[in-house]
Amino acid sequence: MEKLGKQTIKFNNPPTITATASIVGPKESQGPLAKYFDQTLDDEFWGEKTWEKAESKIIKETVNTVVTKSGISSNEIDCLFAGDLLNQCISSSFGLREVGVPFFGVFGACSTFVESMSLGAIAIEGFAENVVCATSSHFCSAEKQFRFPLELGNQRPQTSQWTVTGAGAVVLSKNGSGPFITHITPGKIVDMGIKDANNMGAAMAPAFVDTLITHFLDTGRNPSYYDAIISGDLGHVGKEIAIDLAKTQGYNIKSNYNDCGVLIFDKNSQDTHSGGSGCACCGTVFSGYLFKQLQEKKYKKILLIATGALTNSTTSQQGESIPGIAHAISIEL
Amino acid sequence: MTNPLETKQTYQNYVDQKSPNSPILKNCFWAFIIGGIICTIGQIILNICKERGLDTQTSGTIVSIILIGLAAFLTGLNLFNKLGKIAGAGSLIPITGFANSIVSPAMEYKSEGYVMGVGGKMFTVAGPVLVFGISASILVGIIYLIFNTQAITLV
Amino acid sequence: MDINWANVFDWMILLKCFVTGGIICIIGQILIDKTKLTPARILVIFVTTGAILGGLGIYKYLVDFAGAGATVPLTGFGYNLAKGAIEGVKESGLVGAFVGGVKASAGGIAAAVFFGYLAALISKPKMKKQ
Repeated sequence: MEKLGKQTIKFNNPPTITATASIVGPKESQGPLAKYFDQTLDDEFWGEKTWEKAESKIIKETVNTVVTKSGISSNEIDCLFAGDLLNQCISSSFGLREVGVPFFGVFGACSTFVESMSLGAIAIEGFAENVVCATSSHFCSAEKQFRFPLELGNQRPQTSQWTVTGAGAVVLSKNGSGPFITHITPGKIVDMGIKDANNMGAAMAPAFVDTLITHFLDTGRNPSYYDAIISGDLGHVGKEIAIDLAKTQGYNIKSNYNDCGVLIFDKNSQDTHSGGSGCACCGTVFSGYLFKQLQEKKYKKILLIATGALTNSTTSQQGESIPGIAHAISIEL
Repeated sequence: MTNPLETKQTYQNYVDQKSPNSPILKNCFWAFIIGGIICTIGQIILNICKERGLDTQTSGTIVSIILIGLAAFLTGLNLFNKLGKIAGAGSLIPITGFANSIVSPAMEYKSEGYVMGVGGKMFTVAGPVLVFGISASILVGIIYLIFNTQAITLV
Repeated sequence: MDINWANVFDWMILLKCFVTGGIICIIGQILIDKTKLTPARILVIFVTTGAILGGLGIYKYLVDFAGAGATVPLTGFGYNLAKGAIEGVKESGLVGAFVGGVKASAGGIAAAVFFGYLAALISKPKMKKQ
């Protein structure tokens, strides 16, 4: 492990992504990526009494699935990094309380997936043989915590995003044949003063561009080095802003850049306005769709940059702006 | 192109210009139609009450109770949010929106129990309406009292 | 008692009611789309405006003109509160200012609480399909 430039970490013995798993809710099951997920639910409660319980069950089952798929027995897993959006990350800690593996709770809002993978990769370089990284989010529990009751007859603004219901999980291992995590670029908190909680894409895009350009400067790479540059959940509005911002800084990412929140829903038929968001947006799109593209060698090098809005309902009611964050991870075959 | 990230203000201006607007004409059209229909239903109930010889105050109260009950019922059937998505202010501004804003958090927080969940969270959205409405009416009453000095009896 | 249905469906009354109610809702819609105010804030603005216009004696003309078209929107709720407070003052002075408003709107408030609790008891929130 060595530090490159200002912020980037290069792994000398890059950890392998051994397996991934994803479970998604009903709306994601009707989206364009439905066939890539391990399990699609047709009930947002999944037989549970509350959404919080349903979300816990989703992350629990996703972790069980990824461990089974990896072929590694659970006592060979050294630790677990997981987080979600609910207060005190209760979906992860309640869902994973019976796993019996050392647990690190992680919060990075919607950037948690890449943050967990970064920490997991560092742990592998340090001491661990195998680690599990997982995140979840649930449309209903997130709406309840951050916005309005579901039954309130309000209109969603065009810039608003739809929290993905689901969970994504990966197993990282010391030994394996790839895909490898070669670099990570943890991001700085960037706040450009956006206050509109219904325009998270615009709030997070500056953080995305900051991390993206820092990654290129630190590694000496340029956008064309990667087959795909994928952001976590900037959505349609944030994606356009990100392309513009990168361009003004001299980086043209238009041709190979996309966003998980844009990929997971069909904007026109699913009425999701600016697209998907939430921890599970990046988590499920990577664990489902992107990982299969890597396995099938359609993509050989991808840069995954999960974006997060570090806000809560108290700060937004107090009129604070929304600090954004973005963590990058370079995955290569 | 200048750099939108120069200052927070330039970024805000840039974002405003980049963000799609709500389809305001379409929204206003549906708000007008559905808001109008809800008021007309109220007027029909009002007319029936008057035909039955009830006074204006009682008739008005009956209209409120029926529309509130109807909105609560539709909310419970998970239909009001579908109406609201189309109607926007058309279902929010009539008394139906007030009822919906009481029922929806009550349903949402049912999982936290019947006392503090349903009972406690009921007024998270509608509470301010009562606070401001009632306070304003008291002020109106007091101001009326001051400007109509003959009316001062203080008890 | 016989009901004269021609009076119930007096189209002129209904048309005035429809148009006035609709226009008040359009004002609300413009506020939603142009100002990013939350629904709770918009309701507060309407109820307070109604109470002020009621207190100034202006809203009464709209009610006389449009009937339910002016009383069913939340401005009407505010007007009713203010009207009640003024009547309370006329009846019993200062105490009336406190009693009158809620008294005049008691039916609506009580119905909202009662039906609200009832609806929450018998139903379960569902995910928005759209």
